[in-house]
Amino acid sequence: MKTLIRVGIVGYGAYVPMYRLKAAEVNRMWSTSGEPVEEKAVVALDEDTITISVECARQAVRRSGVDPANIGAVYVGTESKPYAVKPSGTIVAEVIGATPSVSTADYEFACKAGTEAMQTCIGLVGSGMQKYAMGIGADTAQGKPGDALEYTAACGGAAYLFGPAEESVAELEASYSYVTDTPDFWRRSKEMYPRHGNRFTGDPAYFKHITGAGKALLAETGYKPTDFKWAIFHQPNAKFPINVAKMLGFGMDQINPGLVSPVVGNTYAGSSPLGLAATLDVAESGDRILMVSYGSGAGSDAFVWKVRPPIKHRRSGPKVKNYIERKRYVDYATYLRHRGQIIV
Amino acid sequence: MRKVAIAGIGFTKVGEPWERNIKDLFAEAALAAMKDAAHTEVDQLYVANMMGAHLQGQLGMGAIMAEAIGKPGISAARIEAGQASGGVAFNEGVKAVASGLNDWVLVGGVEKMSDLLPEAVTTALVGTEEQEYTSYTGVTKTGLSAILHRLYSREYGATPEEIGWFAVRSHDNAVGVAHAQYSFKLSIERVMTSPMEADPIRMMECAAVADGAAAVLLGPAEKIATGIEVAASTVATDYTSLASRRHPLTLEAVKKAANGAYEAAKVKPKDVDVLEVTDDTTIDGVLSLEDLGFVEKGKGAKFVAQGHTARTGEIPTNNFGGLKARGNPVGATGLYQIVETVIQLRGKAGANQITGAEVGMAQSMASVGSTCSIAILRRV
Amino acid sequence: MSVPRYWREEKPRYRLIGEECAKCGAKHYPRTPVCSCGSTEFKPYKLAETGKVESWTVIRNAPLGYERFTPYVVALIELDDGVRVMSQVVDVEPEAVKSGMKVEYTFRKVTEDGQAGLIQYGFKFRPIVD
Repeated sequence: MKTLIRVGIVGYGAYVPMYRLKAAEVNRMWSTSGEPVEEKAVVALDEDTITISVECARQAVRRSGVDPANIGAVYVGTESKPYAVKPSGTIVAEVIGATPSVSTADYEFACKAGTEAMQTCIGLVGSGMQKYAMGIGADTAQGKPGDALEYTAACGGAAYLFGPAEESVAELEASYSYVTDTPDFWRRSKEMYPRHGNRFTGDPAYFKHITGAGKALLAETGYKPTDFKWAIFHQPNAKFPINVAKMLGFGMDQINPGLVSPVVGNTYAGSSPLGLAATLDVAESGDRILMVSYGSGAGSDAFVWKVRPPIKHRRSGPKVKNYIERKRYVDYATYLRHRGQIIV
Repeated sequence: MRKVAIAGIGFTKVGEPWERNIKDLFAEAALAAMKDAAHTEVDQLYVANMMGAHLQGQLGMGAIMAEAIGKPGISAARIEAGQASGGVAFNEGVKAVASGLNDWVLVGGVEKMSDLLPEAVTTALVGTEEQEYTSYTGVTKTGLSAILHRLYSREYGATPEEIGWFAVRSHDNAVGVAHAQYSFKLSIERVMTSPMEADPIRMMECAAVADGAAAVLLGPAEKIATGIEVAASTVATDYTSLASRRHPLTLEAVKKAANGAYEAAKVKPKDVDVLEVTDDTTIDGVLSLEDLGFVEKGKGAKFVAQGHTARTGEIPTNNFGGLKARGNPVGATGLYQIVETVIQLRGKAGANQITGAEVGMAQSMASVGSTCSIAILRRV
Repeated sequence: MSVPRYWREEKPRYRLIGEECAKCGAKHYPRTPVCSCGSTEFKPYKLAETGKVESWTVIRNAPLGYERFTPYVVALIELDDGVRVMSQVVDVEPEAVKSGMKVEYTFRKVTEDGQAGLIQYGFKFRPIVD
């Protein structure tokens, strides 16, 4: 997919809360021995998807230098909306000063809700409807106690302010969305925790859709893996992104800066957006980046970004690395308290 | 303006009288005051109460209490100024008599805090703070005092222990006091090992939840043979948020009200024989002592620790236990202070008597100094 | 909690916007109808978002609605523009708070009206992340 007007990322922001739960602590609790990630990020008692989205949005606005009154859309993609009915976006838009001349809505597509929001913003800017539009992927994903996903369901996010390519730090060259009805993981409306198909979430789900979108976009653009400096894939754990990278012909060097899941966990709708932010934090002008998200249900959004000269001056303030390094470990009971899983 | 005197006083024991409601408590104090004055005619009633709306859901206490004391029909109103309600209601009563508009004014305060759970009381107590930006932070009244406590220690080098002595001194004076909530001695060790309430203030530095009522009957001095004269009655306010005060360690409302009172009564701090100050926390008491002019700013904690406010000291303070030990049924407290000052000036304080007490001062204060009332009473 | 009361304070809380008196220049946060100089004319004033901790307390017995956050720190903060505010300080252990500690604005949940009621957000401050 290409846009009529050239679009790029004019500002980006990311956030990871400071508390951490180690896989070892989960194992201590349940007498298990898994380690799909080393540790995962946990929200503070007073954080939620909206506060995380605000952190990311504020950083993106600040770095972009754009007057927030000119932001015409704020879309938040998440599967942990604080309100089932009331968009997180209205609060984010109000905080950053984008109201009232703004469109907002919340997106849901499991872990690719954030990139769905980004696709829509690209469409708005690319069609000329809006000059600036912000897409956010953020989550405070809930892990069912004792379930395999408890090791990885984590909290964090990233925000992307889209605008004219000539003002951007990274231009969108092309994107592609690949979706089928594949019920690998879902959550019914009144349920607290999702259900998943265990090994079914691998080949027929994650791998099929990421390689499907990735290959289609590479074919459309004519690029090969060696044309890319960096690559980011959805990161539900430490292993999957490494394996899918290999499947598509990408190496560890390319995915390393964006591979945060081992120490952050799976931030769900924030996952590949956070990986992209970590990559932009170290990228140089001219670098080409492939990003492919994955959302259960299922689908993938693939993007090709080309980094531009302004990147050098538009990433001040804490980087993803700084948020990752800012940490305090919690024990399992404190983790439950922070996640609101101690019912009183 | 004619001179005003206190014709009679009445009060209940401070505690947790579960079976008695606010009307019972108020009436007990009011009837006792009228009996003490040997005078039952009242043409104006002021009811001092801070949290009755929260605690009992009761508004319109003027009419409620007028009826409760058997006088439906008289002019009556509740006066609310947070923890200073008692002192401010007293001030309204004095003005009513001094102006000549009323002859016999009954001022009574009542509070029944034990009706609600502690968290609800904590919430009600922070009600005097600005709600949208101060209370919204989740701070408590003790927390605000604690913020000053920490600033005070840092600025003046006073140790938390020195500040903690205020509670010890108050308790010393409550021993043997029949109407006190807590009439036991409190050691400094017990104070300093009690759990933190709002760091760095500890639980034993803070007044507890209490129920009580106290009342005075005011009238024209020329008509009261054995009256205690009201030499001065003043009220002042300050910026309500610590963030808005240029020098938060100076309680401007206390200074202003005190200076106005000293001038009206034509006395200086050294002329005051007995003093009642607001020690709902130790630091509130320390700062009050300083801003009332009894000790230089920054030296108040040591002053108290060294015994200068004890019965034998330079300025006997909180002579029946103060807010900490006699107790603090908030809306009524200001009236307890007046009542106790009268007892001293009448020479009726028994073992607690400060010999030759002629001039007494009572300081009733809300919310770390957002409102302060001062009364100076004189034996004539 | 009243919806209109919450909504009315959204912009001042979310964006740290107070007022400056047009006559004497005094800065007010929150806004006030009349300045102590008597003026009723004001201009919006955006507060600095960084500052330092002047003093603080640790709340262990909270008012209703705040119980599940204890223990939490409430501080008197001097912002870099000289304006002072009261605010919680988060993302730091209460014992680690120090006088003069540099802090910055963060947007957080303050309380909520139970599981089904409105979530109330507002500003807090945290040690500067860099």
